Amino acid sequence: MEFKTPTSPHIHSGASVSRVMLLVVAAAIPGIAVYVGFFGWGVVINIMLALITALACEAGMLLIRKRPVLPFLADGSAVVTAILLALALPAIAPWWIVVIGAAFAIIIAKQLYGGLGYNPFNPAMAGYVMLLVSFPIEMTRWQAPLSQTDLAPGFFDSWNIIFSGLSDKITDAISMATPLDTLKTELRLDQNIDQIITGNPLFSNLAGLGWEWINIAFLVGGLFLLYKRIISWHIPVAMLATIALLSGMFYIIDPNQFSSPTIHLLSGATMLGAFFIATDPVSAATSNPGRIVYGIGIGVFTYVIRTWGGYPDAIAFSVLLMNMVAPTIDYYIKPRVFGHGQKK
Amino acid sequence: MIETLLQRWFSNHKFPGGVHPPQHKAESCSAASIEADLPARLILPLHQHIGEPAEPVVEIGNKVLKGQRIASANGYVSAAIHAPSSGTVTEIADYAIPHPSGMNAPCIIIETDGEDRWGERNAVQDWKKLNASALRNIIRDAGIVGLGGAGFPSFIKLNPGAKKSIDTLILNGVECEPYITCDDLIMRERSGEIMLGLHIMRHALNAKECIIAVEENKPDAFKMMTTMAKETTGVKVVSVPTIYPHGSEKQLIQAITGKEVPANGLATQIGVVCHNVATAAAIYRAVYHGEPLISRYVTVTGSGVSEPRNVRTLIGTPISELIKQCGGEVASLSRIIMGGPMMGYAMQTEQIPVIKTTNCIIACTEEDVVSEPAVMPCIRCGACAEVCPVSLLPQQLYLHSKSRDYDKAQEFNLFDCIECGCCSYVCPSKIPLVQYYRHAKGEIWANEREKKQADIARERHEFRQTRMEREAAEKAERHRQKKAALAAKNKAGGANKSTIDDAIAKAKAKRLQQSAKTETSEITTKITDTTGADED
Repeated sequence: MEFKTPTSPHIHSGASVSRVMLLVVAAAIPGIAVYVGFFGWGVVINIMLALITALACEAGMLLIRKRPVLPFLADGSAVVTAILLALALPAIAPWWIVVIGAAFAIIIAKQLYGGLGYNPFNPAMAGYVMLLVSFPIEMTRWQAPLSQTDLAPGFFDSWNIIFSGLSDKITDAISMATPLDTLKTELRLDQNIDQIITGNPLFSNLAGLGWEWINIAFLVGGLFLLYKRIISWHIPVAMLATIALLSGMFYIIDPNQFSSPTIHLLSGATMLGAFFIATDPVSAATSNPGRIVYGIGIGVFTYVIRTWGGYPDAIAFSVLLMNMVAPTIDYYIKPRVFGHGQKK
Repeated sequence: MIETLLQRWFSNHKFPGGVHPPQHKAESCSAASIEADLPARLILPLHQHIGEPAEPVVEIGNKVLKGQRIASANGYVSAAIHAPSSGTVTEIADYAIPHPSGMNAPCIIIETDGEDRWGERNAVQDWKKLNASALRNIIRDAGIVGLGGAGFPSFIKLNPGAKKSIDTLILNGVECEPYITCDDLIMRERSGEIMLGLHIMRHALNAKECIIAVEENKPDAFKMMTTMAKETTGVKVVSVPTIYPHGSEKQLIQAITGKEVPANGLATQIGVVCHNVATAAAIYRAVYHGEPLISRYVTVTGSGVSEPRNVRTLIGTPISELIKQCGGEVASLSRIIMGGPMMGYAMQTEQIPVIKTTNCIIACTEEDVVSEPAVMPCIRCGACAEVCPVSLLPQQLYLHSKSRDYDKAQEFNLFDCIECGCCSYVCPSKIPLVQYYRHAKGEIWANEREKKQADIARERHEFRQTRMEREAAEKAERHRQKKAALAAKNKAGGANKSTIDDAIAKAKAKRLQQSAKTETSEITTKITDTTGADED
């Protein structure tokens, strides 16, 4: 009898790309829930819009590129990209912002480079940065925490705001600068941090109102990913430690001019960035020592841009900058291989 | 859950990486081993070990006795082969052998006569009187090779070399691959033989300490070996954590001694020698009973057999016979693996015989193995690097192997890959990583062979070129001198001077000619030395 002779190993752990992506989505749920709790349904509508656009673009591009559509849609990578992009956008951004961003992320930043596994840049962040530099007004008009506005929009209000392009007046009534943005603007007006924060309803005990809990929820999701071994600790730990160290140093030097480490760690996209965005394996450095360098780089860029740069938050820019460096890191930083060097 | 978490974070194995595939050992290790039936026909490949294939010393029609040598070692790294039972040599021809390439290779076929009659045996009871070299000769003549799977001639690994002694002799009873239990069984049933074999090895190696390593999942074997070891000094039995590939020689040495075998080096360089437990038992039988290596323990398991168990079988027994004896139906199988599921190879036919290195036969149905899954692109998640016991970056090796950038692949230490399969096992994209590395290694070897051949050809061409140029120059020089001499002769009136000049010129020419001759002959010998089939 003739048998097939495939090569070893003949067994497999059962790990799959879909499972990896599914767990990433699951880990993001607590963060998303808290986000919705503080900022309303706009977040969910954004996610849905981004999902539909991303999946449609992915399918279309796969068809054009003559690649099998179903297995690649099922791998879940487009789903993760869509969710991360949507989470980075203001909850009251008009619908076309989300659609353009998601389409750019999938078509330009992912499929044109060869699809899953071949994109040098994190697609969600590429989409986000494209939107930020192209549509600065829409991209910086953030929804105020629901508790801080009289016109807290319900699901249908959010729907209307996003789809019908309501007059800027109404949107203005429910929008407000983010805590990081407030800090940046006020510091430029020669206010000191104490003056800015004290009495400002946007800030609470730890950092910005709402944002602190969103960050903590993403931290919890990140720890779940670590436990499930979907990500390794190297990038998030290196990145967060760098941000904590730098902000701590400057905070000690002058607490009036530099915000505290807690504000930096629990504001904006810090935790989402550390556990969900910077850890995107395709565009990050791939060896563990390389990942530490990569994480430190993101931490440094984030702190520098937040503190001295033109933008209040900087996760996206930092990630893209380090994406560019990743291949070089991978070339120069290699772990010591068994039987080579020192130990004899 | 917390327990697994702690286990992961504080894992106590001392080499990097590793995986925990499902064990599947319980199926075959509960029953005692049985004697396999004597097959009607034994198939004995001449190549069952690392090194050169053996040379047949019998002819078709010869009657052979059990234990009689039928093929002798061809060179230093080679091993003799003996008749596993008495009978008649009926054929020496190419048959399918256990090899990943699925190739046919020369085999000696013996039709057994059912008498199983032993030939002459030279038992040595007081081996302590023999020196190391004499012991090694006995072991070499018995055709003993490493029974753990690699099949390296054992007597070579019993030579301590220039150091005259080694620090640590490790007996490997780890058996980390799933399904396989033959070492477990031999430790439980033949612990005394293993211990005596260990003493012989220790004597030959002049080893300072002996360690028997048993994986935690074999408590009975551990107990047996510990009881045996109590009676002797200097032998320690250690229990090592269950993780694949703990039984790989280099990883085991690292876990036990903390030392790393240097890249491209041998364990003896760091004063360690590692042998399989079954090899120790075979050495005992060779020395105490004069029995060459003609049988071994083989695990026959997998969901394709109804009575998975260990059998003591003659080398050369077709695996179909063993599957039948363990209640399996060849026609119902989807794959037959020789070895474990992580590193073993799939057999192209059930007619393949058990050879010296066959530790396990897995008669697989669909539940045992994965059948060619859909491969996704690499997402560089690094799961492969996490489990690599050699700390390679499999994702980078894959990238460069796939794009045929073999120089880069070698920069990332392709040749340090032990092909354990951990990376492929965990890859979420289900990329057959090991297959890419094997292919890359093969290509590099082929390229090197080609380059070597081209180098030789070029060298020969250059030799020929210079030789021809030199000959032409010499010829011209001779002509010139002759001419000059003639001219001088004609010119010079004084007979005396011209005769002297003439003589000098003649002598010079002769000397030159002679030196030219020796040079050409030197070149010819050089050319023949460099060998090569084609003549110029």
